[in-house]
Amino acid sequence: MTAQPIEQAAVPAPAHAGAPVLQLTGAAVRVGGRTLWSGVDLTIGAGEFTAVLGPNGVGKSTLLKTLLGAAPTAAGEIRAPGRTEIGYLPQRRTFDAGVRIRGIDVVRLGLDGHRWGLPVPFLNRARRRAERRRIDEAIESTGATGYAHRPIGECSGGEQQRLLLAQALVTRPRLLLLDEPLDSLDLPNQSAVAALLGRICREDGVAVVMVAHDVNPILHHLDRVVYLAEGRAVTGPPREVITSETLTRLYGAPVEVLRTTDGRLVVVGMPDECRSGGPCC
Amino acid sequence: MLLAETTPYAFTWNLVADVREMWSFPFMVNAFRAGAIVAVVAGAVGWFMVLRRQTFAGHTLSVVAFPGAALATLIGVSTAVGYLGACLLAAVVIAGLRESGRSGVAVESAATGTVQAFALACGFLFVTLYKGMLGGPQALLFGTFLGITTGQVALLTVVGAVVLTLLAAFGRPLLFASSDREVAAARGVPVRALGAGFLLLLGAATAEASQITGSLLVFALLVVPAATAQVLTARPVLGLALTVLLGLAACWLGLIAAFYQPYPLGFFVTTFAFAGYVLAQLTRAVRGAVGRVALPTGATS
Repeated sequence: MTAQPIEQAAVPAPAHAGAPVLQLTGAAVRVGGRTLWSGVDLTIGAGEFTAVLGPNGVGKSTLLKTLLGAAPTAAGEIRAPGRTEIGYLPQRRTFDAGVRIRGIDVVRLGLDGHRWGLPVPFLNRARRRAERRRIDEAIESTGATGYAHRPIGECSGGEQQRLLLAQALVTRPRLLLLDEPLDSLDLPNQSAVAALLGRICREDGVAVVMVAHDVNPILHHLDRVVYLAEGRAVTGPPREVITSETLTRLYGAPVEVLRTTDGRLVVVGMPDECRSGGPCC
Repeated sequence: MLLAETTPYAFTWNLVADVREMWSFPFMVNAFRAGAIVAVVAGAVGWFMVLRRQTFAGHTLSVVAFPGAALATLIGVSTAVGYLGACLLAAVVIAGLRESGRSGVAVESAATGTVQAFALACGFLFVTLYKGMLGGPQALLFGTFLGITTGQVALLTVVGAVVLTLLAAFGRPLLFASSDREVAAARGVPVRALGAGFLLLLGAATAEASQITGSLLVFALLVVPAATAQVLTARPVLGLALTVLLGLAACWLGLIAAFYQPYPLGFFVTTFAFAGYVLAQLTRAVRGAVGRVALPTGATS
């Protein structure tokens, strides 16, 4: 069952309302004839925050694409919401300064960008008003109101990330898939966006699955960790998964997890090299 | 080609009289009609092209228009048909290259450049083979407003209507796919099909613009108005409208100037478009400077 986040025992985990949002049973994925990972079991309910961890090239992003329905599974079963019920933030998406589209337009495309034809003026006014309200609401919920009308290329990395998060949230998804959303942000922005994600997760009951390179910024908000390595996966609460014993078993090589005095986790002796140079999982 | 050398007309600043004078010539009426259609179509398609950063593909299409028109002249077909046939064919080829050279921008642009060089060489051959009245490739390369027939205007109208209808039908998913490819694909937008479809629209728009500006100056109507509008505004709808208006202004002002002055049309259209771009950049610079002055010191971003 759901474990309490390590240092936020005061915040009650939300009750699982009905069926799980997402369920993987014995899932496996092959890319180019090579099995990337197999035997992954995972059940995620509404309002749960899950991190996908592991070394580079292990198939973390592929896991998200599989959940999206964009990559096929080789074995097992996946039950995920439909495309319209998923918000998706791909990896390392930045708009350079030359992109002359406002943030609000990018958010709006999340709502109606897939529709064909043009909106007819003076028709469906009520619906258009409702859409406008929804767009403003989504932008406000991520705190991006102040710069939503600026060209998105002129916004900073953190501002762009909030606008893109608003775009992913604008359809009120049940499941939010994020691929290293904190990667290009500085430390204060990392913890701010992590807190924002935690709040969206708890308050709006959105299930969040996030590929992370460094678990520490989101550690306080996590319910569950999927740790991929050596073609296998371990799933469970972070304090059970990110331990010397579990990771040593997973890697089949001695791995040590250290805990700093301020509660950060550092994994030492991981076979794969960490490219950030910072305290990694 | 240099009409003003043979006509004693002079610009009088009495615009009504001037326009009446110009429009007393059927070929000028046709030129204005063709100019309007071309400016609208090239502007709308060009706005997406600039947003998608496909100006090199656009340039290749425009260069390919030249051998198409030259071949059409050689075998005695309307140049409009030559422009259109060559551009659409080239659009299919480039879309094919794009498909096979998956996301390899460098490979793609090199292949596109190869096609471009060969097309230009073919055009030169066709022009050399045709030793008739053409007097060299100048008109095909730099544009002319003489001899635009009513039939050509009709063809431009039909092609333009088809292009604008298609653009209206898939403009919004195209905008999504252009600005945010991965998320659009995740939402079920057929990103690749849209990219190929857009190249065909770009081919058609280039063929249309080639009739006015010649194939080398197509960018005057395809890129410059769109680039100017994107300097001035980041709103999609306003930007599109502005692009079309700027293109129309450049085209018509160019026609008027070319009627009264003994210099080529392509030069005038390009010059007016370019002047608009310079003004827009200056406006933005001034606006930025004023904004910085208006803010309290140190509060700038």
